[in-house]
Amino acid sequence: MPRDAEAAATIEKEPAARPAGGDGGERAAIARARTAGLRRALGINTVRIALVAAWLGSWELAARHWIDPFYYSMPSKIWDRLVGWFTDGTSQGSIWEQIAVTLEEAVIGFALGSAGGVVLGIVLGRSRFLSDVCAPFIKAVNAIPRIILASLFIIWFGLGMQSKIATAFVLVFFAVFFNAFQGAREVDRNLVNNARILGAGRLQVLWTIVVPSATSWILASLHSAFGFAIIGAIVGEYTGADKGLGLLINHSQGTFDAAGIYAGMIIITVLALLAEYLLTLLEGRLLRWRPAASGHDIQI
Amino acid sequence: MSTTASSRRDGPERSEPEVPGGPVIELENATKRFRSAGGVHTAVRDLNMSVGPGEFVAVVGPTGCGKSTTLSLVSGLEPASGGRVLVQGRPVDGIPDGIGYMFQNDAVLPWRSVLDNVAAGPRYRGASRRAARERARDWVVRVGLEGFEGYYPHQLSGGMRKRVALAQTLVNEPSVMLMDEPFSALDVQTRGLMQDELLRLWSGSGAAVVFVTHDLEEALVLSDRVVVMTAGPATIKSVFDVPLDRPRDAEEVRLTGEFLDIYREVWDSLREEVQITRERGAGHAA
Repeated sequence: MPRDAEAAATIEKEPAARPAGGDGGERAAIARARTAGLRRALGINTVRIALVAAWLGSWELAARHWIDPFYYSMPSKIWDRLVGWFTDGTSQGSIWEQIAVTLEEAVIGFALGSAGGVVLGIVLGRSRFLSDVCAPFIKAVNAIPRIILASLFIIWFGLGMQSKIATAFVLVFFAVFFNAFQGAREVDRNLVNNARILGAGRLQVLWTIVVPSATSWILASLHSAFGFAIIGAIVGEYTGADKGLGLLINHSQGTFDAAGIYAGMIIITVLALLAEYLLTLLEGRLLRWRPAASGHDIQI
Repeated sequence: MSTTASSRRDGPERSEPEVPGGPVIELENATKRFRSAGGVHTAVRDLNMSVGPGEFVAVVGPTGCGKSTTLSLVSGLEPASGGRVLVQGRPVDGIPDGIGYMFQNDAVLPWRSVLDNVAAGPRYRGASRRAARERARDWVVRVGLEGFEGYYPHQLSGGMRKRVALAQTLVNEPSVMLMDEPFSALDVQTRGLMQDELLRLWSGSGAAVVFVTHDLEEALVLSDRVVVMTAGPATIKSVFDVPLDRPRDAEEVRLTGEFLDIYREVWDSLREEVQITRERGAGHAA
């Protein structure tokens, strides 16, 4: 927001006084700047649409004339498959059911994993002794290719939802844990000392200084963490399941249905983008106090 | 010499704590050593000093000599390695009651509005949200930030953030205020303005102030007494009374003859230490 930059400069004496327009020349200049901004946004979107059209068009054309659509599929086939799934249902039943199952697994894994990661990260980040004790174990566990655990979880928890939730959990947990740990470590000593002088006890320091300081680190990790949760759920389903998008993709692979794999990919992408959007809203709400990133204001 | 430090109130009556008029801060041979990569480093040694109630003492010394360490000993943030530190007659163990501390760097909470920043102290001390905000509102007005209650720190100028920090400290009504070069990052005009504000707010409070600075002019403008420290490891070199009348106008007082006389006198003492520090710095650079 440009308001912030101005505020520091202009509000020293007059509260909440924004230079409001002023004379006509000023107003015209502002209007001109606004039109230039709109034109720029329009230009960017036009080029984006052109790029997508060129990419899909050339793919379709190539598949119709030169390459084998059996292996590579083509946009029109993928579209037909998507329409088919949503109107007639899939080989595994209603598409909505598959989406709901995968989403449920991902969301539960995400919630448990991020809660665990945040709590453990902050506790270890604030305790030198505990973090020194745990450091080698955490490094070792983090070095394990965690995707392999999905196979183990199938043996432990069976083909149902639990094994997928467990896979999503381990992927999310570590992503969030390391950020929360770092965030809790990098709390400004000054702020902690100031709070102690002002009368804060240990818990109050933790709750009013450490947690808010670590929040921006944690929120940054949640973006990638939801992606991991979906990956965990899909991989879990892919390894063995009776429902879900991962199973659908696995089934498409089994029947050499390239279009089905692409269609599943598109659905997952849309889900991830929606989640990303919701997380960005949450972040904006929790980090209202932060100055707007300087990169957002375009120089005019 | 260090003996002059307590020349006015000699013989601290430690047997009867909290005698009205007794010193609020006493340092006896206080020493602080830090473990560092190259072994043990002594920041301050054998500090002897006492500060009476309502007294404004400035501590000056060359950059990096250990002035801030002195404050952290009094505040209880760092325990002394040797000697004794007493606040209101009681040995310091943890953070003493009635202490306020203004840090060199901004310590306002960036995620809280001006009002909630100022309300932090009362909230930590158990006041209800409403009562805390009530008191905070009063102090926000007193430091001249009326109308900015809902702003976040990043929307304020450097001087305004210092006002928030000042209100945050004063809302707890401390009997001892420790100030660690609080205005050093401000431009000259804003600094003068803040010095005036500080004098105005302090004059009614009855709080004892220890104000650390490397700016001798600032020290003389504000204080009743100036303590000069040696180059590190720091100890007290000499103490000067500042014979300037109150109330003072921070901008005007520095132009008077008396001011220049006392400035010259203190600077003679401080200059040697500054030179020692400079030569060491040059030694490092070579």
